[in-house]
Amino acid sequence: MTSPVFLVPPDPFGVYSNPIGHWLVVVIAMVMLVFVLLTATAYTVYYERRVLGFIQNRPGPNRVGPMGLLQLAADGLKIAFKESFAPVGVDPLLYVLAPAIIVVAAFLSWAVIPIGLSDSFTYWVANLNIGILFVFAVSSMSAYATLLGGWSSNNKYSLLGGLRAAAQLISYEMALGLSLVPIFMITGSLRLQDIASYSVQLGPYHGPLPLIVVAPVSFVIYFISAVAETNRTPFDLPEAEQELIGGYLTEYSGLKFLCFYLGEYINMITTSALAVLIFFAGWHPTFGFLPAILTFAIKVVIVLFVYIWLRATLPRLRYDMLMRLGWKFLLPLAIANVVVTAVIVVAVS
Amino acid sequence: MADSTPAGLSAPAGPMTEHGQGMTIQRTRLQGRDGDLLTVNFGPQHPSTHGVLRLIVDLEGEVIRGLKPVIGYLHTGIEKQMEALRWQQAVVLTDRHDYLSPPINNLAYALAVEKLLGVEAPPRAQVLRVIMSELTRLSSHVVWLGTSSLELGAMSAFMYGFREREKVMDLNEEISGFRMHTSYIRPGGVFADATPRFLEMLDAFIREMPRNVDEYENLLTHNPIWIARTKGIGHLRPEDAIRLAASGPMLRGSGINWDLRQDRPYSGYDKYDWEVAVEDGCDCYARYLVRIKEMRESVKILRQALDGLPPGPVNIDDRKILPPPREELETSMEAVIHHFKLATEGYSLPPGDVYVAVESGRGENGCYIVSDGTHKPRRAKFRSASFVNIQALEQLALGSMVADLIAVIGTADAVLGDVDR
Repeated sequence: MTSPVFLVPPDPFGVYSNPIGHWLVVVIAMVMLVFVLLTATAYTVYYERRVLGFIQNRPGPNRVGPMGLLQLAADGLKIAFKESFAPVGVDPLLYVLAPAIIVVAAFLSWAVIPIGLSDSFTYWVANLNIGILFVFAVSSMSAYATLLGGWSSNNKYSLLGGLRAAAQLISYEMALGLSLVPIFMITGSLRLQDIASYSVQLGPYHGPLPLIVVAPVSFVIYFISAVAETNRTPFDLPEAEQELIGGYLTEYSGLKFLCFYLGEYINMITTSALAVLIFFAGWHPTFGFLPAILTFAIKVVIVLFVYIWLRATLPRLRYDMLMRLGWKFLLPLAIANVVVTAVIVVAVS
Repeated sequence: MADSTPAGLSAPAGPMTEHGQGMTIQRTRLQGRDGDLLTVNFGPQHPSTHGVLRLIVDLEGEVIRGLKPVIGYLHTGIEKQMEALRWQQAVVLTDRHDYLSPPINNLAYALAVEKLLGVEAPPRAQVLRVIMSELTRLSSHVVWLGTSSLELGAMSAFMYGFREREKVMDLNEEISGFRMHTSYIRPGGVFADATPRFLEMLDAFIREMPRNVDEYENLLTHNPIWIARTKGIGHLRPEDAIRLAASGPMLRGSGINWDLRQDRPYSGYDKYDWEVAVEDGCDCYARYLVRIKEMRESVKILRQALDGLPPGPVNIDDRKILPPPREELETSMEAVIHHFKLATEGYSLPPGDVYVAVESGRGENGCYIVSDGTHKPRRAKFRSASFVNIQALEQLALGSMVADLIAVIGTADAVLGDVDR
């Protein structure tokens, strides 16, 4: 089993060869990741609000701290002190479990996501050989959270939101999974490190290849499905504030509400990071001299911008339209994409 | 509707009900239908009901099988209060029922009072009235556009719409001193002449407004999601539109060319060169296109009104109805008497009743007043377009989905203050 690489190899003190030392390193790696993710989430919210403000001719948060940078700390503090009440008639276990599931699922995905710190060091918690499948399996659990949260809240709007979440899950999940099959065919691996570092030798060029060049259709299907997976506009049907008053979120407040919110934003970062790793050569140098970690971060921020841009621009779909889009357009397209890629891969080799 | 069960009380147990706080999930069985229906209380506190409209909706899955609007949550008693105020005082109340188009409400009332008095406002006042009416129509339409597109999830159009509304507010403030409830149009004329700064601001506004409308259109008109969400949704056949007495964009979106500004001209609307916006789609998208076109036509009218603003007084020269200018009070005894009479008693209208209708952003905004010969209205009643138009909600929404109901409520464009009065 490989260990998280964030100490300088070769291991001078024999930490990795010692079982206790090994697990210590894993735990430290996980804790660090959680903190980094929480901070990243907070600033994703800030970033979103600023970008939305920019698009909509208004300043966005700019009062708390320099340029409003501490706004999220203030919001978090406020929400933490909110009374955490549960309406009468909720299912006590599931009502509390649902926000827990979404946060756990959101963090769990990051166990297998590699982050390139520099050209030679990559940071990961687990270097799973089926990393991408693990991410899909875990992130699909967030649909359980919305479904259970909506069902257990004993509110009709929540129930409708939960139903929509279920309908949404089955309509994009197939396309999402199939969209990446061509990538596996091309790279021959499900390990995210391998996919991100996929290199080619093309004439004078030798180096990592952003896979969007060879699989653009996959990227389109992946991105549309990813927006649906993260419940973002134009696919934010389960919460649909203007229709269902927040849907599954209606009866949640305080920290439980925050958990849902956190889960949504971490999922958004996760899918953006995956898009960068799979389609844009991850942390491998793209912007010239910039260090790997910055390259990676900048790419993620750009993908996040597209999310926000979509939110600012597009109206919401109706949920039968999303199902039609998923089943009648994305799924056939994904299957065709797989077949065509398979033929080409066989022909080239 | 679902009965509410107070928290902590035990509710009658039944096999078909589950109890929660303030709510019972009650399954009703409609005759001849197998599926269970879920009755949802849509509003009055709901983000998309344009205020406090309450709809009792029977849902089968997400499909609407029954819909009943309940109104009265914003009843202000404006019509009743007007009976306690003198004719000229009641103007301020007309601002407040349809709070998105105060000058148009003022205009309906002022025209009714003038008709009963048998007077007509001077030409400059008439043009100023048209200017204020069209500005109001624009601001009401941008608010409609913003809110109803926000309800369908397009949040930027909301901010863009309110940006333009802000400019109309600034214009209101410049000409009347108030941003929202202007009370600018009054029986006998208008509150005050337009300032040079107002005319400058208006000119700038007219020049930039078409660009702004283009911006809304770029965002929505050809947007496939917007079209999918509005086209074919909320179908209102022309004969139903007439039967339900719909007016304004609701009627014109069903292909019926009826605009009071052209068919029953008032305040000199027949002198301007503009077109009535009519669309044949009979759906939410057609009503959207009608409003967009109306914005463009309003700008056209504004340009012509501003260019053809005649000189002259802005109030009728009748000391029995309007007070004398301030400087006359120092030299004329008669002026003081007039002023005193108007300030203490007001003027009286000849006995009789009259109905005057004007075209507001929402449709036919009528004012019916009854005078018993005294200085206060015996009865004042508004025929508000919002109230009549929401009659069509049930027809528009039955059989469609919850998400479509939002689009339908949006394009009906009801102002709840106007519904309840």
